[in-house]
Amino acid sequence: MAVQSPSLDVGGAVLVVPRPVAGGRGYWQSVGRRLRRDPVTLVCAGILVVLVLASIFAPLLGLNDPYKTSMLRRLYPLGSPNHWLGTDELGRDMFARLIYGGRLSLFMGVTPVVCALLIGGMLGITAGFLGGKVNMAIMRVMDVFYAFPSVLLAISLSGAMGAGTENTLLSLTLVFIPPICRVSESVTTQVRGFDFVDAAKASGASTLTIVRVHVLGNVLGPILVYSTSLISVAIILAAGLSFLGLGVKPPEPEWGLMLNTLRQAIYVNPVLAALPGVMIFITSICFNLMSDGLRAAMDVKA
Amino acid sequence: MSNLLEVRDLHVTFVTPDRTVHAVNGVSFDLKRGETLGILGESGSGKSVTLRSILRLHPEHRTRWGGSIRLEGDEVLDMGPRALSDLRGQRVAMIFQEPATAFDPVFTIGQQIAETVRRHTGKSDREAWKRAHDLLEMVRIPSPAQRLKAYPHEMSGGMRQRAMIALALSCNPTLLLADEPTTALDATVQIQVLLLIRELQREFDLGVIFVTHDIGVAVEVSDRIGVMYAGKLVELAPVERMVDAPQHPYSRGLLASTVHDGMRGQRLEAIPGAPPDLGEVPGGCSFAPRCKSVRPDCLSAVPALRDVEAAHAVRCVLAA
Amino acid sequence: MDTLAPVADRGGPAQPLLLATGLRKHFPIPGGLFGRATRVVRAVDDLTLSVAKGETLGVVGESGCGKSTVARLLIRLLQPDRGTMVLDGDPVDEPHGITVNELRRNVQMVFQDSYASLNPRLTIAETLAFAPKAHGLPANEARDRVRDLLSKVGLDPASYADRYPHELSGGQRQRVNIARALALRPRLIILDEAVSALDKSVEAQVLNMLVDLKKELGLTYVFISHDLNVVQYLSDRVLVMYLGKIVELGPVEAIYGDPQHPYTRALLSARPSMDPRRRTKEAPIQGDPPNPINPPSGCRFRTRCPYAEDICAKVEPLLADTGAQSVACHMRVPGSGHSKAVAA
Repeated sequence: MAVQSPSLDVGGAVLVVPRPVAGGRGYWQSVGRRLRRDPVTLVCAGILVVLVLASIFAPLLGLNDPYKTSMLRRLYPLGSPNHWLGTDELGRDMFARLIYGGRLSLFMGVTPVVCALLIGGMLGITAGFLGGKVNMAIMRVMDVFYAFPSVLLAISLSGAMGAGTENTLLSLTLVFIPPICRVSESVTTQVRGFDFVDAAKASGASTLTIVRVHVLGNVLGPILVYSTSLISVAIILAAGLSFLGLGVKPPEPEWGLMLNTLRQAIYVNPVLAALPGVMIFITSICFNLMSDGLRAAMDVKA
Repeated sequence: MSNLLEVRDLHVTFVTPDRTVHAVNGVSFDLKRGETLGILGESGSGKSVTLRSILRLHPEHRTRWGGSIRLEGDEVLDMGPRALSDLRGQRVAMIFQEPATAFDPVFTIGQQIAETVRRHTGKSDREAWKRAHDLLEMVRIPSPAQRLKAYPHEMSGGMRQRAMIALALSCNPTLLLADEPTTALDATVQIQVLLLIRELQREFDLGVIFVTHDIGVAVEVSDRIGVMYAGKLVELAPVERMVDAPQHPYSRGLLASTVHDGMRGQRLEAIPGAPPDLGEVPGGCSFAPRCKSVRPDCLSAVPALRDVEAAHAVRCVLAA
Repeated sequence: MDTLAPVADRGGPAQPLLLATGLRKHFPIPGGLFGRATRVVRAVDDLTLSVAKGETLGVVGESGCGKSTVARLLIRLLQPDRGTMVLDGDPVDEPHGITVNELRRNVQMVFQDSYASLNPRLTIAETLAFAPKAHGLPANEARDRVRDLLSKVGLDPASYADRYPHELSGGQRQRVNIARALALRPRLIILDEAVSALDKSVEAQVLNMLVDLKKELGLTYVFISHDLNVVQYLSDRVLVMYLGKIVELGPVEAIYGDPQHPYTRALLSARPSMDPRRRTKEAPIQGDPPNPINPPSGCRFRTRCPYAEDICAKVEPLLADTGAQSVACHMRVPGSGHSKAVAA
């Protein structure tokens, strides 16, 4: 086996198709009930909602202009009047740039995962349900991509296609298709083994109908949970690419790029230089913890 | 002769954030050395929970206990970790339905039995290995020397079950607990294992509690049979009495609904309905909702387990 | 007009409802280089059976004997390696015959695990309506059919239709599974260990219901089980399997009253006695059933058979008529070379 990047290790996501417990009405109600009792997941979801809303409505928040530079106000420390999170190396307001930066960073984190979910999920479910030669063909191709560590793959794809937002999105999508495909394949194979799928086949229904009615409902949950955990990886990778100059181009505010440009300030004002990193950290850990919480809430076996 | 095991008014309640389950509600029985008690019941009757309570195998943090379990005079429910470990390793042995879970797949059968012997008796490597060999011979495993070197997955289901019995008996326990040990086995293998347990029990003068849902199996191994329903013993009688003259309507129904020879073409006397939810403690007889002889006083109070004659106790207001 | 009417009888009562000839299914075990199969599980080997209209054919045997594979072959959830099937005169999956889908309108199956055979995300009504809808029954007719099916299996439609499987007990779930098998109005139902996981008191309810449904709907059953008592109770004819082969086949009275094959005898006497005064003293045969990966040569039972001789290892005994039943044993064939063979 090729060496895999630990951040995308599917081994950690051996997803079990949940069996709901007795009592309570539908399955999703019981999942909701469990989520409501889980403070960590609730707090993480709350933080993410605030971040997303702030990014979307950034222009309406009455922030300073994130692009307006000033040679006089460079590297103000935290707590300065008018710039309570200070200013960056070009005198731009840090708070505004962090909020505006969330737009690109979150977008770069979520979009490739959603695209990969559509493509990888479809491939994985097809491979898992049909099995045999189709499975072999799809999964072996995925294994080839898998052979490269995800960071290396993302860097080389971006490097080959050139810097820019679209190319970053494209390369990240390609990076995430194999792991999602693999997880989808494994849960689908598991569901396919249940007798209710055999019973559906024995009823003479078409393959498409069986997949729609009997397979999707049982595999989407676990696949979504796994994909949520990938969003944090995507944010970090996107930031990393920008940091290396392979992603977003200046002067766009983006957390990874900000981390890069503030590099020089690390000796002058280390706290300020760390701020974009703090944002990346908070966002990715929230996505991770929320994914864990979701998995726990959906895995209602015993 | 004093009793090997005395269980008095045992209550076991499982508490989880989602719900509370009253799994065992006041079970009392005695067991002598050299005696086999069969506990018969359907799924959810509390038979396995009762059995596992004797070794306190339930997760401590969400189990509430009540009553008393005395093994040779020692209270199991008050035992500390040391005494409990002694109890589990040496005084009481248990065999399960699925032998695969009792063995570690990465060690050979011989290594695992010898290790257990060494840990509990302090014997040397050579002696422990010799003892493992003797144990496999004792449970009639053919060519034991070879089998000692086999991994669990290399053995058939019946052989694994025999090996588990060997492991259970490795430290000369006085009490053997059997939790549906033959349920997963094929018919021709099941009878071999039943006969083996019966033989070993006689040879080592063991007390045996044999939990099963299969009446035929219970009749084949037991001296006395206790029938459990909804966490209570509803009838306890010598095996002949239980087969010939069961008193409790549930025991009768269970015997009548079990298909055996010569019932072809007859309509089966099924017990209507399903066992009750154990979420709450009932105020009356738990079986009343399914009982065809139900009377008003069945619902007002829980009937006591009364002796209808020597050694035959029934928990029913109708029992004479 | 009902779009999914029951299938009409064609060949008359004398023609077998289902005739399977020379069915074979081997499962390769991937293991060698490049996933090449080096060994095979010989699950079912050249099995021929017929199911008469209106009868119950019981299939018994121990784990690994291939009885579940037979079930899946008969409904074509598995594709046989070899062999033909004829449904009421029509060859299945052949140029001039009927399609597999048409076979499945006639043949349905009930599985052992009542939980795994119901989709946890669908309500009972959705599960039951699935097959009729897939066959083009309009929604309102499907709703009527669901109600009808639930009352047939003794569940009140008003209180059960909108429940989820986890809100039902094991017995109720198995009733739903039986209702689903009836949804397309089939003629043959394969019951694969359908009552084995149920508690005894509930098992009796379901068995009574199966008897009633058979009478009411004129069904034919293939009843597969490891429980000899239940098979005896329900079946008209019984087929005993050992390692993918039929060892004995005949009317239930003959198989249980006068078993001919040593394996059938062993199976029958391995049953617990139900009489504490006449307990079993000795196990009828020793050892476990061998692995179907490398079944013994000749007669597959010879490794556990107390009467095995040289001939049993060399020549495979064929299923031969012995009057009431058919037996595959050299001792029942005159002049077979076995010392205990009956006189010619």
